[in-house]
Amino acid sequence: MDALTSKAKELLTAGTVKVVIGYGKGTGESRRPIFVRAAERAGELVVDAGCVQNLATYLTKAEVRALGRMAIVAVPSTLRSMLQLAAEKQLREENALALAIIDGDIRELATFDAIEEAVATVPDAIGEADQKMIDKLTAMSVGERRAFWAAELGRCVKCYACRSSCPMCYCERCTMDCNRPQWIPVASHALGNLEYHMVRAMHLAGRCVQCGTCGAACPVGIPVHLLTFFAEQTVRRQFGQKGGANAKLDYAMSTFKPDDKETFIR
Amino acid sequence: MAEQFEPKMTAFVCNWCTYAGADLTGTSRIKYQSNVRVIRLPCTGRIDFMLVMKAFSRGSDGVIISGCHPNDCHYTSGNYHARRRWMVFRDLMDFMGIDLRRVTFSWVSAAEGAKWAELVNEATNTVRELGPYKEVQELTAVGID
Amino acid sequence: MSERYILTEGSIGTLLEGLVSAGQRALGPKEAGNRIEIAEIKTFADIVQNGQSVVSAKGVVFPKVERLLKYRFEGKNVALDDVEPQAQPTVLFGLRPCEARAFHALDVVFNWDSKDKFFNARMANTTIVGLTCTQADDSCFCTSLGSRPNDTQGSDILLSPLKAGGFAAEVLTAKGKALLALAKVALAPVPLNAALIPPATVAPAFDAKALQQKLAAKFDSPLWAEQSLRCLGCGACAFVCPTCVCFDIQDEADTKQGQRLRAWDSCGMRLFTLHASGHNPRDKQSQRWRQRVFHKFSYYPERLGTLGCVGCGKCSRACPVDMNLKQHLADAASQG
Repeated sequence: MDALTSKAKELLTAGTVKVVIGYGKGTGESRRPIFVRAAERAGELVVDAGCVQNLATYLTKAEVRALGRMAIVAVPSTLRSMLQLAAEKQLREENALALAIIDGDIRELATFDAIEEAVATVPDAIGEADQKMIDKLTAMSVGERRAFWAAELGRCVKCYACRSSCPMCYCERCTMDCNRPQWIPVASHALGNLEYHMVRAMHLAGRCVQCGTCGAACPVGIPVHLLTFFAEQTVRRQFGQKGGANAKLDYAMSTFKPDDKETFIR
Repeated sequence: MAEQFEPKMTAFVCNWCTYAGADLTGTSRIKYQSNVRVIRLPCTGRIDFMLVMKAFSRGSDGVIISGCHPNDCHYTSGNYHARRRWMVFRDLMDFMGIDLRRVTFSWVSAAEGAKWAELVNEATNTVRELGPYKEVQELTAVGID
Repeated sequence: MSERYILTEGSIGTLLEGLVSAGQRALGPKEAGNRIEIAEIKTFADIVQNGQSVVSAKGVVFPKVERLLKYRFEGKNVALDDVEPQAQPTVLFGLRPCEARAFHALDVVFNWDSKDKFFNARMANTTIVGLTCTQADDSCFCTSLGSRPNDTQGSDILLSPLKAGGFAAEVLTAKGKALLALAKVALAPVPLNAALIPPATVAPAFDAKALQQKLAAKFDSPLWAEQSLRCLGCGACAFVCPTCVCFDIQDEADTKQGQRLRAWDSCGMRLFTLHASGHNPRDKQSQRWRQRVFHKFSYYPERLGTLGCVGCGKCSRACPVDMNLKQHLADAASQG
């Protein structure tokens, strides 16, 4: 943490960046996103096991961007988000500086090339518990899966904490917000919830960096991240493309190979 | 004798290949089951994946999606994009508990009138065996006080 | 008018059984994984005695999705089906006193100018049995708002745990009395020397009246931009909140028929104030955050005579980025 504090202080004092987006102490033992602008407050930045939330969502938030050039304390998933955002032209190299946390070290990564190199060294697997849950679900019968998601999604209140916390859900007019026609129902009834989560998973397939922040954000504990993880894994397996790998767009769902292989089209 | 269940089939087809092919089926006087309602779109690339869910939620028991063979798309690459989309969405539907046996994908060209008839007959027979599909449609009444 | 009786854990079980056989739906705070939910309760053991449910119980009188009317086309005519609210008789058993108080804040809005028949039908059929808190957490702040963990306001019956076991049940309203009669449970009065377990201590973090006065001068303060930097503009706080009442009307229809639904909405979302012209008077999160605070702590007391918040802290616990309302309000109240 000291290394981070001095780095942040240095950057802010020199005016290299106008804000350091990072983690600070929250309520109780939690960590919360903080936005350090004054060098004297760099000591508020914290790095520990509690810092898991993907802060990249703030790189596209207008009120944060308006503060000026940003530095962001970046766990590996945040680095991947930065690459994916860059690939989708939502982030310029000169606007954001990564303060990467890899194996406990702080590294300043000023270019997307540097970030690409850094993430290539970090294993990309999802957490064991999540993989176990996906495996458990895929081993169930269709009917059992239907019952599982009906029970989970029954709690959904359409608060969109999942969407809002996701760095890749930056669309100013999300498909949910368009109403002529209203393609997916807004109300949080059973059909509205099922359709929303399906659409979200599809819109993230090939773009998701598997940070799990959406699932963590859900106030009623629905494991929505399993849906986006599954969609992402499907894309990787079928097309060998993935979200957050590099800053050049390689989006599976807008590209194709004439010989893509499938097993179900007659 | 109890009335046999007749499935409602919805087909989303592309204008240039499958729709023309289905037309050929008719002009060739090839008979096939009339359970299917055909919806014409310019290209399979235009088919929003949620149309399948919309069909089910409105009472379809089975869905057919068909378009031009790869390399023959009237718009060059629409069907390639569609193929990718279906490769992912199909798995996601299954993961979320939708019965994939009720969704049939095919490439039917404008010359394949016989294939269209075969496709519809097989799909309809399969869905007739499976019975009515109420699971998605029933959701429309759930969660509203 | 309040009378006090002893209810043991056993008699609560009998009470619940009696209520259910009399046609009541019994809901209360129940464990669900690592959360607490308002769900059907059958025995005393089901009830979680301390801690806060994630989502409030307001769904009983103000559901997350509610049908207001249906229609279908019959030839050229429109057949309109007015919907009568399905107001199932419900007892909310073991509710936190802050939640019990919150129903009043909903009531003043739903009966402000037009009388909302849906809310009123459901409210009339709902009886509230509160349960005094003997524990609180970092997010609670009822005492900053003139309330306390054993507040009776809003409850038809308030249960307070006794040191010797069981509960002192204070019957506060005619509705509460009717509920007990319904269950046909034998009730003994509480002995004079029966000691109550002390209610939780919740140190006040600020004073609501002082805050209300300060807010008037703080409309243009840079404080709101500061506090809302991390806010994501989702609806988690509004939807878990027992007093938040904003709703959206959605018409879901096709060429043959349609229905009009009322669904929860949140002032924190950008679309909330987006005009058809494209203009949005609250386009920045700081404006929306300020609106949230002012609505609950300034406009409500000014126009409706009650606070729009009960200090339950559900918003803070649900927030994915730890917007701790108690802390934000204390900061707003303390700064000049």
